[in-house]
Amino acid sequence: MATVTRRGFLSWAGIGTAGILVGSELGFDLAQASEIKQQLRIAGATEAHSVCPYCAVGCSIIAYTRKAADGSVKVLQIEGDPDSPVNEGRLCPKGATAMQLATSDRRVEQPLYRAPGATAWQKMSWDDMLDKLAHRIKDSRDRTFVATDKKGNLVNRTDGIAFAGGATFSNEEGYLAAKVMRSLGLVYLEQQARV
Amino acid sequence: MTNHWRDIKNADVILINGANPAEAHPVGFQWFMQAKLDPTKGPGNGGGAKLIHADPRFSRTSAVSDLYLRIRTGTDVAYFGGLINYVIQNNKYHDEYVKNYTNASFIINKDYKFKDGLFSGYDAKKRTYAVETWAYDNEPGPDKYAKRDESLKDPHCVFQLIKNHYSRYTPEMVQTITGIPKEDFLKVAQIVGEMGRPEKVMTIVYAVGLTHHTTGSQLIRSAAVLQLLLGNIGRPGGGMNAERGHANIQGNTDNAISWEILPGYLKVPLPGQKTIEDYVKVSASKRLLGISWNFFGTNYKKFIVSLLKTWYGDSANKTNDFAFNYLPKPAGNSSWMSIYDQALQGKMEGVMLSGMTAASIGPDSNQVLAALSKLKWLAVMDPFPTTSSEFWHASGLNPADVQTEVFMLPATHWIEKDGSFVNSGRWMQWKDQVIPPVGDSRHDHWIIAELFHRVKALYQKDGGKFPDPIVHLTMDYKNPLKPELDEIAREVNGKDLKTGKRLATFAKLMDDGTTTSGNWIYVGSYPEKGNMAKRRNGVQDPKKNDPTGLGFYPEYAWSWPLNRRILYNRASADMSGKPWDPKRAGIAWNGSKWVGDVPDYPPKMNPKDPKAWLPFTMNGEGVARLFAGSMLDGPIPEHYEPVESPVKNALHPDMSASPTAFLYDKAAKRENRFGTVDEYPIIATTYRLTEHEHYVTQQVPHLVQLQPEPFVEIPTALAKERGVKTGDMVRVRSKRGKIEVRAVVTNRVGQLDLGGKKVYQVGIPIHWGYVGIAAEMHPEKSKFWMANNLTPFVGDANSRTPEFKAFLVQIEKLA
Repeated sequence: MATVTRRGFLSWAGIGTAGILVGSELGFDLAQASEIKQQLRIAGATEAHSVCPYCAVGCSIIAYTRKAADGSVKVLQIEGDPDSPVNEGRLCPKGATAMQLATSDRRVEQPLYRAPGATAWQKMSWDDMLDKLAHRIKDSRDRTFVATDKKGNLVNRTDGIAFAGGATFSNEEGYLAAKVMRSLGLVYLEQQARV
Repeated sequence: MTNHWRDIKNADVILINGANPAEAHPVGFQWFMQAKLDPTKGPGNGGGAKLIHADPRFSRTSAVSDLYLRIRTGTDVAYFGGLINYVIQNNKYHDEYVKNYTNASFIINKDYKFKDGLFSGYDAKKRTYAVETWAYDNEPGPDKYAKRDESLKDPHCVFQLIKNHYSRYTPEMVQTITGIPKEDFLKVAQIVGEMGRPEKVMTIVYAVGLTHHTTGSQLIRSAAVLQLLLGNIGRPGGGMNAERGHANIQGNTDNAISWEILPGYLKVPLPGQKTIEDYVKVSASKRLLGISWNFFGTNYKKFIVSLLKTWYGDSANKTNDFAFNYLPKPAGNSSWMSIYDQALQGKMEGVMLSGMTAASIGPDSNQVLAALSKLKWLAVMDPFPTTSSEFWHASGLNPADVQTEVFMLPATHWIEKDGSFVNSGRWMQWKDQVIPPVGDSRHDHWIIAELFHRVKALYQKDGGKFPDPIVHLTMDYKNPLKPELDEIAREVNGKDLKTGKRLATFAKLMDDGTTTSGNWIYVGSYPEKGNMAKRRNGVQDPKKNDPTGLGFYPEYAWSWPLNRRILYNRASADMSGKPWDPKRAGIAWNGSKWVGDVPDYPPKMNPKDPKAWLPFTMNGEGVARLFAGSMLDGPIPEHYEPVESPVKNALHPDMSASPTAFLYDKAAKRENRFGTVDEYPIIATTYRLTEHEHYVTQQVPHLVQLQPEPFVEIPTALAKERGVKTGDMVRVRSKRGKIEVRAVVTNRVGQLDLGGKKVYQVGIPIHWGYVGIAAEMHPEKSKFWMANNLTPFVGDANSRTPEFKAFLVQIEKLA
């Protein structure tokens, strides 16, 4: 990440000023004014590069953030990256509202556990959650592991656990998931490509 | 995609089937419009590329297309088959390409037959084919090279078999099956026929409207056969281009979170393969001609050994066959529906879902909910609640009866971590971490790493079944509980173990354990000089960054393999190395080397050398396959009806639906869940809207405001018959379940005339369920909002892709 002003901020501002003077018969151009307002909003912000999380066009996006006095980082704006040969700065309604996905107040913020037959969630610490789940994985693996099949072939597989990973995994997360799950003996591995 | 998004602007004709890019991939659609608005493109003398949209529903894509064809869902094999027939009968194919770049000249086993809707070798009891008769006839001699007839006249050569097969696909037959009027079809055929001229090029673009059928694999192959006959594969502006629907669905396929492959499309090892030699012998393609490079098959062992070396480090060595026994060997198909099928049979104990919600995805969501209820445990890693994490209180289930233990693990979202996404066009773009994780949420890869660590510790402490692959798995990260994605990206790229240096090309991989690579097709993405996916030399300077002017932008991001922008690009030039169209050169031989895109060919191999490799370097044949004996449901695409269809197959009424479609319920002896036309007379299909992405956007306020509630699109004539007006609540039901949503009465969907029989099609967007903003506003109504309550639990023979896009329903107006 690099701390920069919005690309071409100064040159755009120059054009904007000219626009106000000559761009409209009223001597006032709303589009130019709102452009300037936008620029002031992100002036001096940190610019980070990302990719839209929705479909697989893979629109390149720029996210502008600013660090608050308390150290927290706030996203100011997400917009299409004008340099990208993929989208040349354009975004669809989903990409254009990506900020609402990025900064949602609807997130699950802590681990939740639902016991068999329970009618509600209970909060649980990460430590308890991961411990419990690790035991479930080991128990199911040991119960359903097939070392040698009926024909006598060495197969070393876990038949009773499946993993399905979403297509918003980065390559690296997806690779790690496949590496770990295969090594646990899983053969039921799936992601969004088929469905 | 064989090509990439920006390349679509190079096309003269764009055929769009099973896709609605203007609405589902709107920003990618700008490249379609650029082609249309470019007067140098197009058939004849140009005047702009022609867009031809065949789809059950008239959409915004149709609105800007030059020709719109209302096609019955799932019948695209008949459409493409009709075009294949037209192209062959009228000698419109690209003769030189067909002879030298496809297997048209190969002779097939004399016992190969196709009769009454069945290929030779069918076993009705197993619903599978024995494929021996679909093989090539061999030359005598030790090499067993394939026999060919370069005149293409031998009655058993592929060209004659294809020609004969599609002779049944007359314009009249196309109309009877698809509902496309013969006159409209012939207009398309005339334009498409022109694309066999070497200086013209057409692209075919498709999405899940082609894949989501019991004939999905063959639907795509039928389009590919057409493209090969026209000589359009491997060329800028050409290709077979799948518009994928999720940010990194391509990358996660490449990296093999998929039961049948290991990273880099290596086949998963199967029972009976005791050694790497056994595995390679069965999995790798064989060289079928002396001048076929067979690159993939020849180097298969290097790729699998380098992968095992990456995963198991010092524990993978020559003395233990590189720990080949650590890799699990599945008993049979282990894909999406198989998971829930096994759960229904009580054989699946636990499921982990990350960013995928089984309940909404379906198919047959009610059956999937029943399957989830039979699990011992379910772990959901997701930033938001999903219909799966909340399944235990879905409509029809009593929480007290659901004994499944559910773990909701709050995961971070894409913007809270770095890592790379690979788009449909295989462009790998690195993204920064923009903000820190919200609340107590954790990265998926940290959850997986820590879970793994804890499971490993249990095995080390208590022992258990075959702990070897667990205790010996390499986790050589600075913090094995919190690996950095940059570290993993370097691991995926791989290195030379002797020098410790990362590799720049997979040509350097070895089969003796001296190299690593987590995914051979990604070698070169992160060489010693750095992370290539971070490169940003784009349209800020087109002159410098796009030297060919064709939109390759070779220094923007990185494209697998080896930064190649167009797959099979050797086929963009003739046998002598001269581009078919010099204005749209993929690669060209300049007398001493290949220039242009990164060549899919040895960079200095003189094409005029009689020993020069054939153009399709990955295949054993050295050429592309018009006829593919490796398919499970037939070597030549044939039209079969969807499993639920209102009509019998007009080609062979007694073999109507695919004889090899996998019928999960029947195989597991569960009750029949297919409906008949008497009870369910209306064809339905499902689709996406611009404003939503599957289910996660139900958490995004602006998008819920733009598309607040589910609906069904009903043709005007059908609505009149049923007394339904726009805005009325209707019940749509199939044999498997129902939805209750608002009606949108529209001419976007309509009636089809299938040789005298009239049928209606309706359209249902998939995005709603019992979780999200809209569901919270309508807790009662949202119980019956999941479109996949309706869809059938049946799979394509090859891919086991469900038939989401064609099924039967009945519609009633609600009081």
